[in-house]
Amino acid sequence: MIQFIVRRILVAIPVLLGILFITFALARLLPGDPCRAALGERATAQVCDAFTKRNGLDRPIPVQFGIYLRDVLRGDLGDSFRQGRPATEILIERLPTTIELAFYAMLFAIIVGVPLGIISAYWRNSPVDVGTMVLANIGVSTPVFVLGLMLEYLFAIILKDTFLWLPPSGRLSAGVDLPHLAETWNLTDLSVQSAAVLDFVSRLYTVNAVITSNWVALRDVWSHMILPALAVGTIPLAIVARMTRSSILDVLGLDYIRTARAKGLRMNKVVFKHALRNALLPVVTVIGLSLGGLLSGAVLTETVFNLPGVGRTMFEAITARDYTVVQAFTLVIAFIYVAVNLFVDLLYAFLDPRIRLG
Amino acid sequence: MQIPDLSKSTPESASSRLRTTLRALRRNRSAMLGFSILTILTFVAIFAPLLATYDPEKPLIGVEENIKKRASPCIHILGCSEDLPQHLMGTDGNVRDVFSRILFGARLSLVIGFTTVSFAIVIGTFLGLVSGYWGGWLDTMVMRLMDVLLAFPSLMLAIAIVTVLGPGLINALLAIGIVSIPTYARVTRASVLLLKEMDFVSASRALGASDFFLILRRILPNSLTPLIVYGTLGVATAILDAAALSFLGLGAQHPTPEWGLMVGQEYKNVFNAPHLTFFPGIALMLVVLSFNLLGDGLRDALDPRLAKIRMA
Repeated sequence: MIQFIVRRILVAIPVLLGILFITFALARLLPGDPCRAALGERATAQVCDAFTKRNGLDRPIPVQFGIYLRDVLRGDLGDSFRQGRPATEILIERLPTTIELAFYAMLFAIIVGVPLGIISAYWRNSPVDVGTMVLANIGVSTPVFVLGLMLEYLFAIILKDTFLWLPPSGRLSAGVDLPHLAETWNLTDLSVQSAAVLDFVSRLYTVNAVITSNWVALRDVWSHMILPALAVGTIPLAIVARMTRSSILDVLGLDYIRTARAKGLRMNKVVFKHALRNALLPVVTVIGLSLGGLLSGAVLTETVFNLPGVGRTMFEAITARDYTVVQAFTLVIAFIYVAVNLFVDLLYAFLDPRIRLG
Repeated sequence: MQIPDLSKSTPESASSRLRTTLRALRRNRSAMLGFSILTILTFVAIFAPLLATYDPEKPLIGVEENIKKRASPCIHILGCSEDLPQHLMGTDGNVRDVFSRILFGARLSLVIGFTTVSFAIVIGTFLGLVSGYWGGWLDTMVMRLMDVLLAFPSLMLAIAIVTVLGPGLINALLAIGIVSIPTYARVTRASVLLLKEMDFVSASRALGASDFFLILRRILPNSLTPLIVYGTLGVATAILDAAALSFLGLGAQHPTPEWGLMVGQEYKNVFNAPHLTFFPGIALMLVVLSFNLLGDGLRDALDPRLAKIRMA
């Protein structure tokens, strides 16, 4: 098992280097002079010379790549020249929203998708099955932003004045207070690193509300998260449901299931005790693969629901031509994506011995 | 994967294989539904200028009386007052007829889907054939590059590429095309690896066939099946991604009647003019749905063993 983990991590290294190279190239390929892109059109030649020297832009490209690698390893992703502060600071501020959104979306996809898949497989070709699969097809075919907007209209306008009303945008209602953890615990004199970590955790509103037992805020956070999570989670939900269904149907055709049935076990028991465990293996992979779509969906959903997450920041940075932020965010998102897929691979190997031995 | 044999490369059996596929496809209800929607959309796209009641890009201010911006749909036979001009899907923020824009949007949508996927398939297949056939360092390099491209969430990478190239429909299509290359490169390479060891290829080689001939006449025709399936499903993804880029303002630009852009321009008014989100949204959903249904049907018809692989 350890050998497998090591091998799998080693394979990820060239990919990570490639990602670094692409984000590095991204900044070099941008149209126009990097100095004037960074400091504005009216920067003088003198100022630009100093800028070029300081950022090593007069050095050969391989050396520049080396400098970039060194900076990234130190955790320095450059400064946003629109906001005049480090890109990492902006990341710490914006990443928690997206993580929360992705978490709830995935939770929704699994909690609803797996049972739907089981039901469809169990009553194959029944109206339930056909209905689920039709809905799954419509689900993967609806653009995330359209779905988000329709949900917004349904829950915020049509269901207004009913108990089903949900807030159409933002993370917290006005008047609901969820203070920073450092404030709650009266911490001062924190080191830079621990302040950053604390800041990050504070902005994971669910976690913050739970550890400070702020149930009013938790309810409010949830009510704001439901619609975005439904919008982002629908495509993964459809994929998970279809995958669970086809995977269970595959397993049900295997010999050991026939044996179990021949022994006189009831269908219920065979499906839930024998088939499900093996059938859920491919579903794990799908969950990992869905993450990419989830992050892509986040850009759109955060725009629709006005959430201050990674996606919306990326988009704002692009329109403001704030390239360092685009570069930093692209890099971090790609790294997260690779890391999650690595984790899923390892989990898969852990669940299925045939993989790590094969 | 197919187990190809020599007899299948003769013309008679090729046509009989096509017939079998078509028969299987006709029996597949969802594929036929997808095909029907697609036929209607193609019809709409071709005859858009004849079907449209107004110019899709020109504002109607001054052209018509009593016209208001963001007016709700007005259909006379459904009880809309005869004094008001008839607009099946209402008007948008620039006082243009939404129905006419939707019709013309069908053209764009289909063109977007086919051009990006063709671009990606041509390059991806070339890379897959070359790296699968020759292997070695070339293969390693190409495939690692594909891994890196796949390491980015597709829309994010497309956004990054559009940032470099600058916003615009053509650049957006190029970005989506580039992002979709790895899928086709991988699929082709997998078929090539399997096919190049087959007896009928070795036989051809023993008869003195060149690499070029082997690749084009023996290997490529037999690796088309998965490409057709992935290509059809890929059109759906490409249309969705292009719409997303246009929604964000990075793709098609005003006043193009692109569905994603139409939603993007009006989504902030969803509370008072939901029809401006609803109609383009439904149109997008229908075109994507048709390709998804058709792709699934093709997969089942062409190769039951592919049925397990789902595009994530």
